[in-house]
Amino acid sequence: MPERPLSPHLFAYKFKYTLASSIFNRFTGLILSVGLLVLAYWLMSLAGGTREYAQARAVLSMGIFKLFYAALLFAFAYHLAAGIRHLIWDTGRYLERDQSKKSAAFIAVVSVLLTLVLLYAAFFSGGRAP
Amino acid sequence: MSLRSPLGRVLGLGSAKEGVHHWWSQRLTSIALVPLTVWFTVSLLTLPSLDHTTVVAWMAQGWTALLMLLFVLVATWHSQLGVRVVVEDYIHGGAKTLALVLSSFVHGVVAVAGVFAILKIAFGGAA
Repeated sequence: MPERPLSPHLFAYKFKYTLASSIFNRFTGLILSVGLLVLAYWLMSLAGGTREYAQARAVLSMGIFKLFYAALLFAFAYHLAAGIRHLIWDTGRYLERDQSKKSAAFIAVVSVLLTLVLLYAAFFSGGRAP
Repeated sequence: MSLRSPLGRVLGLGSAKEGVHHWWSQRLTSIALVPLTVWFTVSLLTLPSLDHTTVVAWMAQGWTALLMLLFVLVATWHSQLGVRVVVEDYIHGGAKTLALVLSSFVHGVVAVAGVFAILKIAFGGAA
């Protein structure tokens, strides 16, 4: 195969926050993909019965996992907002440069607010997180 | 009439004719995941407790099991499509192939494990 130019380049472009919003969408998507591994483990232990579930819960309630759940909630909030932005783009709306700049800021704000709500629900309203 | 050069065709350059399918699957799964992920997150965060009895009783309900199956299958499919794009963009050569194979296998295992576990719980096998 001939050497062909490869795209995209992470460091060849001038940094813009529309670019950051796109990279961040990928990054949060990857975090959520890792979350699916944890989900599968949790479901399998749940199906395995009370003893297996108790063991899994001991693992899944370690500090590092709590940190990961917080990251997951933020990744979910951001990826959801950014995903809806993409779906709106697909209808041909809000594609102009100043519009996409505005929507990048908008989804950043919305996802931070949504994350705060989710974090509160998960960790502070009775401390339900495993 | 094709504008592609014979040499390019022999070397296998150009579109593999799968781009639209990938793009469309990505859109369909993302539309479906908006309600499914919101439902799953809200459900999990509003369960009275996460102990075995509570979660199993919740998941064994018909509608919960159905939505869980949809959520796990659509999410792993969407994830597979997304990870594939990231791998194709940032990893090159032999490592790319290896990463794609690994990603496909892991996503397959996650999907099947999820479906198996949900069905087992739904059919009362998790007590």
